[in-house]
Amino acid sequence: MLLASLYNYWVVIALMMIGLYMAIAQGNLIKKVIGLNIFQTSVFIFYISVGKVDGGSAPILTAGENLYSNPLPHVLILTAIVVGIATTALALALVIRIKHAYGSVEERDIQASEDAAAAGGEKPC
Amino acid sequence: MELLLNIALLALLLITATAIACTKDLFAAAMLAGIYGLLSASFFMTMGAVDVAFTEAAVGAGIAPLLILLTLALCGRRQRPDRRRAALALALVAIVGALLLAATLDMPAFGAVDAPAHRHVAPRYITESMAEIGIPNIVTSVLASYRAFDTLGEVVVIFTAGLGVLALLLGGGESRSAVPSSVLQSGGQSRDLVLRVTAKILIAPIMLYALYVQFHGEYGPGGGFQAGVIFAVGFILYGLVFGLDALHRVAGHGLVQLLAAVGVLVYGSVGLLGLASGRNFLDYGALAGDAVSGQHVGIIAIELGVGITVAAVMILVFYAFFAQLRRLGQLAVRDEEFAEGRAG
Repeated sequence: MLLASLYNYWVVIALMMIGLYMAIAQGNLIKKVIGLNIFQTSVFIFYISVGKVDGGSAPILTAGENLYSNPLPHVLILTAIVVGIATTALALALVIRIKHAYGSVEERDIQASEDAAAAGGEKPC
Repeated sequence: MELLLNIALLALLLITATAIACTKDLFAAAMLAGIYGLLSASFFMTMGAVDVAFTEAAVGAGIAPLLILLTLALCGRRQRPDRRRAALALALVAIVGALLLAATLDMPAFGAVDAPAHRHVAPRYITESMAEIGIPNIVTSVLASYRAFDTLGEVVVIFTAGLGVLALLLGGGESRSAVPSSVLQSGGQSRDLVLRVTAKILIAPIMLYALYVQFHGEYGPGGGFQAGVIFAVGFILYGLVFGLDALHRVAGHGLVQLLAAVGVLVYGSVGLLGLASGRNFLDYGALAGDAVSGQHVGIIAIELGVGITVAAVMILVFYAFFAQLRRLGQLAVRDEEFAEGRAG
């Protein structure tokens, strides 16, 4: 019984942790962005799960229906999805600029070339 | 049946997410991200969130993988293994996950009718919105009227993100090189006959469908956000199959840039009309004879603004990414010419 009533929340947490792990541990910046996307979608799934009412229909008023899912989370998530893709595009644009500037999208290479530049900058002093 | 679907879809989502985390091939990750988007759209559908499912299907399964693929074309599809922080990250993730798991034990059961989330403002939206706003789709009522100020903020965020992408990717002077775009004609345009014919057949229904979603959003699932994304998908399909030049002839860069701003302007102006007639910002009461028909006019106007901005920003983002790809191609062509010149 406990499993059935909390299953959605547990899957949400698992998805969120996969996204968090990818954002922390993956060295590739594109993979990090995909990880953030998974994290973001897990929040969407959480909100929509919270808004679900047993036996409730989609929140479009129809005659003879008086139980509806909660419309408020739907509104929040609907706009969040479109804002999310706009910010994802911004993140990917940053990745492309990083590729131009450093020649790589791997965190290790970027760090190495930063270190080399810092060492090179200090030598003349 | 609904419960089984719920369990199965969430399990599939979990498997897909794990596969994305494990794969080292970024191309596979992008494709799996598309599947992930489609699965989450199906999940939203079973939860009765039809408007959300709509948006997620167009964004998560359509535009997001496309943008990732365009980025991969520029940055390479191979990921190098990097195990430096794996153990630390796993430990951190395990701790955070355990804490969150403990927190869910206090959550109301899934689907409970008397959960706190359903007792605050939602009953008012459900019982009063027909009398106050006069349209059946409650999601549209809340989005475009009760919480129109929120939505204005979100449209501005989308507009700003679009400006950011343009500033980042079109800022460099080198991208406006003198090499004519005909150099890439063959690269930017698909020669596959099946693809071209199918695209030609598909584009008109996509546009028609976008218009339907835009203007039917008050009575069924739909609205400006969804319609904008679907519109953009139609244009992007055209650009992918027939080349960027053909798309530029249909929708010039300057025109799309202007439209992105016009959408926000339309939304804001509707709000100011309320102020001008002595009411609150975004109060639609003054737009028509009585309050309810004023709501109708106001909602149609701001949904139009939302649709225009969303579609224009998505097309602009596509232009900016594709322009980078073309620039890369031009550099490659130049290198080739240089090598040939040296050889000769």
